[in-house]
Formats: sequence, structure tokens, C-alpha cells
Amino acid sequence: MNRQKIAQIGITVLFVGLLMVPMGMRQLDRGPELFENKEDAIARYGFFLEDVTEQIGVNFVHQRPGLDARLEHILPQISSVGASVAVADFNNNGLPDFYLTNSLFGSPNALYRNNGDGSFTDVAEEMGVAFVNNEENGVSMGSVWGDFNNSGYEDLLIYKWGRLQLFRNENGLGFTDVTAESGLAQSGWMNANTAVWLDYNGNGFLDLFVGGYFHEDVNFWNLEHTRIMPDSYEYATNGGRNYLFENQGDGTFIDVTEQAGLLISRRWTLAAASADLNRSGFPDLMLANDYGVDELFLNNDGTGFVNAGETAGLGFIPKSGMSVGFGDVLNQGQLAIYITNISEAGVLMQGNNLWVPSRRSSGERLRFRNLASNMGVEIGEWGYGGRFVDLNNNGFVDLYVANGYVSDTPDTDYWYDYAKVVGGNRAIIMDANNWPAMEGRTFSGYQFNKIWMNDGAGRFREVAAAVGGQLQLDSRSVAYADLFGTGSLDLIVASQNGPVRIFKNHANSENNWVAFSLTGSASNRSAIGAQITIEWEGGRHLKTVNAGDAFSSQSQRPLHFGIGTAKKIERAEIIWPSGAVQILDNPELNMTHYITEPDVL
Amino acid sequence: MSNTALPLPQQGFTLPKVYVGPLLITGILLAAHLSFGILDSWQKLLMAIGFSFLTEAVLHYAMFGKTRDMTSAYVSGISAGILVRSPLFWPFALCAAISIASKYVFRYKGRHIWNPTNFGIVILLLIASDSAAVLSIQWGSNMWAMVVIWVVGLATLWKIKRFHITFVYMASFLVFGYIRSLYTGHSWVAEIAPMTGPMYQLFVLFMMTDPRTTLSTRNGRMLVAFLIAALEMVFRLNEAVYAPFYALFIIGPIALIVEDLINEKKKKRSDALE
Repeated sequence: MNRQKIAQIGITVLFVGLLMVPMGMRQLDRGPELFENKEDAIARYGFFLEDVTEQIGVNFVHQRPGLDARLEHILPQISSVGASVAVADFNNNGLPDFYLTNSLFGSPNALYRNNGDGSFTDVAEEMGVAFVNNEENGVSMGSVWGDFNNSGYEDLLIYKWGRLQLFRNENGLGFTDVTAESGLAQSGWMNANTAVWLDYNGNGFLDLFVGGYFHEDVNFWNLEHTRIMPDSYEYATNGGRNYLFENQGDGTFIDVTEQAGLLISRRWTLAAASADLNRSGFPDLMLANDYGVDELFLNNDGTGFVNAGETAGLGFIPKSGMSVGFGDVLNQGQLAIYITNISEAGVLMQGNNLWVPSRRSSGERLRFRNLASNMGVEIGEWGYGGRFVDLNNNGFVDLYVANGYVSDTPDTDYWYDYAKVVGGNRAIIMDANNWPAMEGRTFSGYQFNKIWMNDGAGRFREVAAAVGGQLQLDSRSVAYADLFGTGSLDLIVASQNGPVRIFKNHANSENNWVAFSLTGSASNRSAIGAQITIEWEGGRHLKTVNAGDAFSSQSQRPLHFGIGTAKKIERAEIIWPSGAVQILDNPELNMTHYITEPDVL
Repeated sequence: MSNTALPLPQQGFTLPKVYVGPLLITGILLAAHLSFGILDSWQKLLMAIGFSFLTEAVLHYAMFGKTRDMTSAYVSGISAGILVRSPLFWPFALCAAISIASKYVFRYKGRHIWNPTNFGIVILLLIASDSAAVLSIQWGSNMWAMVVIWVVGLATLWKIKRFHITFVYMASFLVFGYIRSLYTGHSWVAEIAPMTGPMYQLFVLFMMTDPRTTLSTRNGRMLVAFLIAALEMVFRLNEAVYAPFYALFIIGPIALIVEDLINEKKKKRSDALE
């Protein structure tokens, strides 16, 4: 055998080896071990999720909006959002309630009151917040709770493809629509898919950020033309405008978007969240933009915002940002940012982003690195809500990711036609008329949500099937709350054009926890923007109070910390939005502490 | 994509022809990235190029006992770096390595018969579609960027006498697009939309025109371009997103083998006549 023949054989063997690389990579990422019963799952993973939706009296089914007849051929693709959940204790009885949005004209939203006995009752109609979806005001896309008038009761803001609606809470007994008198009505028609309450100027009153998706000129029930689609699928510049409404302290708001520096782009904002990322004392804004790069707006000492996405390292690569979630993933006392995007095998592999502060990061100059791949939380599917939550109370935040776009006729697929058009020039893709009809085809549908469990050593592992949390709906929004007072965080998952699901969490009772429910005095009453860092033997963890995050969702207001089997917490440090710092030494475990901001510290 | 030297005009300043392909694709990449930031990361691009170099150097030495220039490997690497889309690093390296290795594994009468990048991309889609995809969206939304790339690319093809391949393919694609629109009921504009995207620009400007893996006669090359467009239509009617890559993957090597067989037959006949 001559040299060339031997080389040929060797190269062929090498070639076969190359072909087997993907198989090897899959082996490294094997699925979790499945167990027959929940006790085994709790022993292995520290928690088990039980779907209790029907037995607790929740029967809500989201209905997607109908649209102008000229969009009928791609209706499922456009009306693919609107299912949302927002948690709040609206009647101040110490129990978390939750509000669900609907999106079809005439379909009611639901406000599920927690009866305290493990059951829930929809009281939306009697409270006056059920029938808000109509031709005049548009349809609901989501809601956020916040005490805008510092009355001590959480008020409700509903953002829409239509007009904002603000409902003032009347001492937990009902709601009054104060949109007109608050000045928010002046903002007119918009196609908003996200809103967050934040006190951007630190004056003790909650301001409101609202993110626009489709252009505000588009009225889906009275279209002037069909050139409404993005002008690029990675560099779109024709999205809806964003809004910042400054609370005047007298129950009214004024639009300060332009002077605050938030009118600099026309991206398709799909999600927003707020936290003081650079420890400046003022809340910053992180925006997840579909069809483009994400944006990080740092607060300029309460006077406005500066776009720092590029300098922070996270504003370069355009993807399809769908959700913003904050979490101290490495227990370092620093918030990482999780952004969901789209991954579809063989067609579009964007990967989700986990932006973790780098070693060079400082308050003066934030720097983030995308560690989604390193930490094993990169490949989702068609992602929506991505939320950090410590499901097993072990002191490390886990990650829940809602997946799935349009589930329609099984074994059909719209991806080919979609890919065909999005590869085209803006003149083609902008016009909905050029889009092939969906004709009942599935589009990244029937996908499973993911539950990534944090191993505490820098890796996450997908365990949804093993812990009873597998869900195959077109999920959008996920929120957590201790619905049953068990000391573990339960999940509420809202799905598009489908039923809401409530998962009761059976967490390992050997793990300890502590929660803090804050009430501001100098700060806004909801204490939105407050940060708590707890320290325990070998652990340190930061959480922040926010109102609206992930995708169209809001979790319980009290901050809940798991600490594993540790027997005590050394200290909890509260940084109030006013700047006041409060230290709690050795707070008692396995209870919720109700803390009111002291007048003088 | 194009993995060999391209001829240049002989008068005035002449760039060594071996550098035309690499320079053109590098120029397009730089223009697109500086304008729109089209690369996921420089690291992924460098990884693709690096693995391409490494594979070429090692395999060529193993096979022939000598080193070779790296222009071909550079084009394959940079092409993989542009075309592969993945949040992971390894698909970039794997695509580049498979592209180069294919030249040494699949040989017909001492030559490789697949365009290396085309081979690498198709195999990557077959074995790792859960980890990687191929560039399928616009570079920005600016019409002028697209026009500039087309003009520069087509002018270069004209100079190096490869324009006819692209012309026949594009004309065929437009006609087949119309036929598809009649069949699917979708608008003709939707059917030809991919042609305005960068994946097609790279495909028709570089991959299809690779001198090493195209036929020796002008008519033959035009016929192959037509057949690729025809097979692509079949793939498209079966909803294959990356139809042009699959069509070239199948038609390209068959055409080369058929041409060789015909030439052999002709040679035998002429030998017999002599």
C-alpha cells in the first residue's frame, strides 16, 4: 500500500470522525432522569410541579384577537401575543391574586382573587376590570400592577394594541378607570407589548415606561395599508415608539419620552424590565427588541437615559429579543440579564442570551459577557417569557422559559414560506400582502417549555419532564407567587389562544427560605426598585423589586429567597429607592417579613 | 465557495489571479459587517478560517507530502464563517473542517467534484440541524447595499468570464419562480424574494461559479446552471429552505462526472478514428 493510499484511509477515518461530532455533542447534553413519582423527583431535584389549575377553580382560556380581513391569511402569525399574567395582592389581605388578559373583542380579562383556602375566584367583572377589549380601546396585551398614587393599594395598568387603560384601586373594593384624568389617554393609539412601573427620577412616585411593537399608526381593525411588517428581520427600523410617562404626583402623567432620551430608535420592543444595574441609585431600563439589537438604557441620575447597549457589550448582535429577566445567577450580588430569542432546528439558530457582568464591569462602566452557552441555557426554541425563579429553595435561581409560536395543524410547517420571504428585501417583506397564507399550518408550535435547574456550579440542566412541569402550549408569560402559602414558589403560565396553567410547587421541605414584603414611605409605596442582598453561610444573593419583567408578566411583589439547608441568614441589606439603606441582622427563616421603610435611618 | 484561482485581464496592473476570489469575498464581508454588523462574532469567523487552514495543511501534507498555498482554504473558511449561523462555536469549525476534508475524501480521477463549502454546508444541515442553520436573512434593510454587492459581484464575474453562469441561473430562477407562484398561489414577488437576500448573493456570485467544480465548456456550464435552478424548484415545492445548496450538491458532481465520461467517449472515438 503506498503512502497516498494510507493517507486516504486515515483521512477517511478522520472524516467519519468529523461526521460524528454532533452526535457526541448531543451525548454531552442528555436529558434528565425520569422518575415514577413526585417523592423521587423531589429527592433528586428538590421540587415537583403539580398542575392544579382546575382543582383550584381556574378555567381561563385566552382568545387571540381577530384582525382586519386583509391580514386574515397570516392572522395567527400577527395575533400571536396577548396572553399575560400579573400577580399582586390587590385587596391587601396578604395573599397573592393574579390578573390574566384576553385579546378578542368582547372577551373578558380575569382577576383571580386568592380565597386563602387553596381556591381562586374570578372577580374581574365585579371589580370592573373584565370587559376592556373592544373596538374603541383595542385589545389587551398585558398588564402591570403598581401603586401610582401611593394609596397603599395596587393600581392596574393595561397596555394594549389600542389605548392604555389605567384603573385606580379603590381600597381593594373595586377599580375606577382613570385613564382620561391621568393624562395617559393623550398618548392615543399604540401597539404596546410591554410596560413597567419605575420611579425613574426618584421622587417617590411611580413613572411608567411603555414599549411599542407595531407602529402606532397601525390600527389592526382599520388598516390604511398593508405595509405594516418589519422592514428587516434583523435591522428593523419601523417599529412602534416607546413612551415614558412621568408621574406628577397628583394622579396625572406627562409624556417625557423625548427629553428622557428614549425616542432615539424605532425598534420593535417586545419586552422591558427595570433595575439599578450600575448601582447609581436610579433604575435603568433593559429592552428586548424583536428584529434587532437589544437596548440598555442607563439612568442619568434621574434626568433621563443614555443608551449603553454597545458599550456594555450587549447591543451588537441583532436577534429576536422576546423577554428580559434579571437574576443573580452566580450568587455574586450582581444581576445577570436573560433574553430569549428564537431557535428552530435547521432554519434559525439565534440562541438565547445570558448577559453576566464581566470581571471588568463596574458601576462606571458596565460590561457583560454572554454566558448562555457556557451555562447551558442557550438553545431554547421559539422563546417568550424567560424568568429566573428558585424553584427548590436551594439558594440558586433556576430558569423557566416559555416556548412555542403557533400550534395549528399537526405535522404541517410554515417555516419554509416564512424563510422565503424574510430573506427578501424590505420592499417585499414589509407588505403583508406579499406573505404566503398560513392556511392552518403550524409555525414553531407544539414546543415544550423548559425548566433549567441551576446546579450552583455554573451550569443549568433541563428538567421540565422530570419534575412534572412539561407543558406543550404556545406559552407566553410566566409568573411566580407563593399562591398557597407553603414557602415555595408556584408558577402561573399564560399561553396564547390556550388555557392558563397553574403549577403548585412541592419543594423540598428541608430547604429553608425567607421573604420580604416591602412598603415604601419616602420611596414609592410599592417599593419598586428596592434591592435586597442577603448573606448566609457561604452564600450571597441579590434580588430587586420590579413591576413588569420577562414577557408580559409580573410576579409576586415580596422578594423570596431560598437558602438551601443553611440554618440562618447573617444579614439582609435593603437599599430603598430613596437611597436609604437598612440592615436586618439574622432575620428569622421560613416566614415573610413585612418591612416598612423607616423614616430616618 | 470558489476555491481556486480566477483569471484576470492581462493589461495594466494585474493582481495575481489567485487573490481575486479571496479579496472579493473579504471586501463584501468587511463592507457588510462594518455597515450592519452581520457577523455573530469575529471569533467564530476566525475559528472557521483557522480550522479551514489547519485541515488543509494537515490533510494536504498527509496526502501529498508537501505544503500548499492557503487561498482556497481561506475562501472556504470565510464562507463557512459567513454562511453558518449558530450560537455555538463548534459548528463553524466543523463546517470548515468537513468542507476541506471533502476535497481529500471524495475524489474522482484525482480531483474533487463538490464545491467544498457547498458540501460542508449541506452535510452540516444534515447532521447538526439542531445546532446550526444557514444565513437566511437580509444584511440590513438598505437597498443600496444590496445593489452595490450585486454590481461589484457581477462586474467581477464578467471580467473573469463567469457571468453567463449567474445570468442563466438568475433568469431560470425568475421563470421557475413564476411557475412556482402559479402552483402555490403565492405571489411571484414572494417566490423570488430570496434572490434579494445575501444568501443568494453569496451562492450565485461565488459558490456556483467555482472554476474547480464547474464544467469546462460555456454551454455545459449554462446547462448546469439551468438544471440547478430546475432542481431547486423541485426542492422548493417540497419546502426545503436551503433548496439551492441541495440542488448544487446533487447536480454539481453529476455534471462533472457526465462531462468526463462524454470527453472520454469522444477521446476514444477520436483515437479510434486516428
